[in-house]
Amino acid sequence: MSTLAPVLSDLWDAPQSWKLDTYVSRNGYDGLRKAMETDPAELITMVKDSGLRGRGGAGFPTGLKWSFLPKPDGGPRYLVVNADESEPGTCKDIPLMMANPHSLIEGVAITSVAIGCHHAFIYLRGEVVHVYRRLLAAVREAKEAGYLGSDVLGTGYDLEVTVHAGAGAYICGEETALLDSLEGRRGQPRLKPPFPAVAGLYARPTVVNNVESIASVPGIVSRGADWFASMGTEKSKGHGLFSLSGHVARPGQYEAPLGITFRELLDMAGGVRDGHELKFWTPGGSSTPILTAEHLDVVLDYESVGAAGSMLATRALQVFDETTSVVRCVSRWIDFYQHESCGKCTPCREGTFWLKQILQRLEAGEGSESDIDLLLDVAGNIEGRSFCALGDAAATPVKSAIKYFRDEFEQGLHTPAWELFPYEANAAFTGVSS
Amino acid sequence: MATSMTSYPDDVAERLAQDAQQILARYPEPRSALLPLLHLVQSEDGYVSPAGIGFCADVLDLSRASVSAVATFYSQYKRHPNGTYTVGVCTNTLCAVMGGDAIFDHLAAKLGIGHDETTEDGTITLERVECNAACDYAPVMVINWEFFDNQTPTTAAETVDKLLAGEPVAPSRGADRVSTFKEVSRVLAGFEDGHADEGPGAGHASLVGLELARKNGWRIPGEEEAGEAAGPQVAADAAASGTDPVGDEGSSAEREPRTPGDADADPVKSTDEEGTDS
Ligand SMILES: Cc1cc2nc3c(=O)[nH]c(=O)nc-3n(C[C@H](O)[C@H](O)[C@H](O)COP(=O)(O)O)c2cc1C
Ligand code: SF4
Ligand code: FES
Repeated sequence: MSTLAPVLSDLWDAPQSWKLDTYVSRNGYDGLRKAMETDPAELITMVKDSGLRGRGGAGFPTGLKWSFLPKPDGGPRYLVVNADESEPGTCKDIPLMMANPHSLIEGVAITSVAIGCHHAFIYLRGEVVHVYRRLLAAVREAKEAGYLGSDVLGTGYDLEVTVHAGAGAYICGEETALLDSLEGRRGQPRLKPPFPAVAGLYARPTVVNNVESIASVPGIVSRGADWFASMGTEKSKGHGLFSLSGHVARPGQYEAPLGITFRELLDMAGGVRDGHELKFWTPGGSSTPILTAEHLDVVLDYESVGAAGSMLATRALQVFDETTSVVRCVSRWIDFYQHESCGKCTPCREGTFWLKQILQRLEAGEGSESDIDLLLDVAGNIEGRSFCALGDAAATPVKSAIKYFRDEFEQGLHTPAWELFPYEANAAFTGVSS
Repeated sequence: MATSMTSYPDDVAERLAQDAQQILARYPEPRSALLPLLHLVQSEDGYVSPAGIGFCADVLDLSRASVSAVATFYSQYKRHPNGTYTVGVCTNTLCAVMGGDAIFDHLAAKLGIGHDETTEDGTITLERVECNAACDYAPVMVINWEFFDNQTPTTAAETVDKLLAGEPVAPSRGADRVSTFKEVSRVLAGFEDGHADEGPGAGHASLVGLELARKNGWRIPGEEEAGEAAGPQVAADAAASGTDPVGDEGSSAEREPRTPGDADADPVKSTDEEGTDS
């Protein structure tokens, strides 16, 4: 049986957990001290050996990504932390930065040293003002204490950190759109190649990593690569935040070694809310194919979730019980993708618009005979033909929901979803009509 | 009112120009300052005004059209004067199902306005917002981008009543009281407002896993017997001995890229395991 492993979340219940003093009193910035005495190449090897894979969705090996930067040419190299967290269901980076911003700042400092960066950026979504306050304050505190700024810890290393607030656009989480946005433009994805490692921010070599990836680095450096690799499964190492939400008794953050099962996590969260049973869930946000009760024992690592037909991605486990209409859920997710489509490419811009129309008909019980095939057809035309992964993501809930719950879509030809699944029964509260 | 003006009076322009210099100093290239500058303009006018667009264009030596093109891309930049408070109800799927739709409908009926509309007295702009990364506190309301967790139609309406009556309201996880739209816009432009130390570090849902681990005595590797205090030393020892490659053979960390570019920025194809980023 797996247990939890609070590494990043360990400090979160401390009084004034976000303050530098609190962090330092728990050995914070020890990793940076060690990093300053270590050869940068050795730091990259350490992170490679740890097996850390990107926590922002795709699971790409972090140390390997760093090693792709071209050899120094005397010009600037950048680290950009992706703190845009906007994938529906994903809610781990925001609490992390609110409770313990210094774990991220220390990771930023170590990573910068490892890749030879002297100006790092944290791109935070704009809709979380208190987290922005905490990050601005943390950078100021760290600078005053000599962990950032000029002459870091007296080593002669200079490191500037800019915390930048976005302005509301999911697509800015896509790394190249993020870079365009950080350059003061509309956040639209760039053509790859060139990849950010070669031509990223201001066309300079750039590493883009997720908040949790970077916040995991200090632990690897101070406790060792094999400590990190002692958690998790063969190809999915270390600890990760699992975020349970929806119809569970105790929704929230559960930090565990990768490879814990969904059943174990659900048990820890007190199970599906009282008197109800599991209907479907997402392993890693709305962009990952939904799974059902038959997948309770899926091991939550990259390989196993992939083998089950979905993706681990951001470990955003959204749980829906039997009172929920899958058609309503998919319809709302598609509203989101349609709203957030950046408009750059036709399959996604037009396709999400069409999906939305069809799903609204089906939710209202006014679908026509051909609508389900049309949905699959449109989804198929978006998937693989879009400029970036947002398009593919939009096709995902449609296809997976029809795969497991086609009959519910068929009912959408004649009966509104709210009659089949009265929406009041879903809510976390009772007795208030709108 | 700057509403109909296409440039600021001298004193305002001068004050904003000083702020703009501080913003520009944060970036290697000036154009990166555009998003914070637009937040700054909103802190002055409560929306992206014609004067504000002109100001950004002048500061960055861009055309007004290119500034507008950027401003209209992002949902937090307002084309019309915003209310003192943006009341956002998350109606993305998870929150909608958990009651967000009912909360939005209740507030809309109560205030007599719909999405992106403002009450006549200019106090409240109501919005449906997308997932705000607080799904474990669903259903969620955000007022000027401060979290109000685990809402019901009743609690949301009570908070809105206070706003209408000019009383302060306190978020679940945030500053002691919600600042105005203009004040918050200034923070988003990157200026500290002194409220960072207010509010909790974590809400209850952020701590459920940690509390369970504490209750059961679950420890992370290296701290099992030693207890918390010894952790870092144990860790340091482990690190000191860990110079050999420690990942299991065949671990993804060991894989070689096909070409440097290919392996880096197209993680999807190069790992063969994932279909999409998220
Ligand atoms: C539409 C879209 C949205 C994304 N949003 C985020 C996000 O909010 N945070 C994040 O870290 N990665 C996000 N990603 C993934 C990034 O493109 C990138 O893979 C990631 O930041 C790399 O960091 P990692 O290797 O540490 O995971 C998104 C990708 C897409 C296609
Ligand atoms: S897939 Fe969608 S979000 Fe991505 S570039 Fe095309 S239109 Fe923009
Ligand atoms: S769905 Fe509402 S906060 Fe995530």
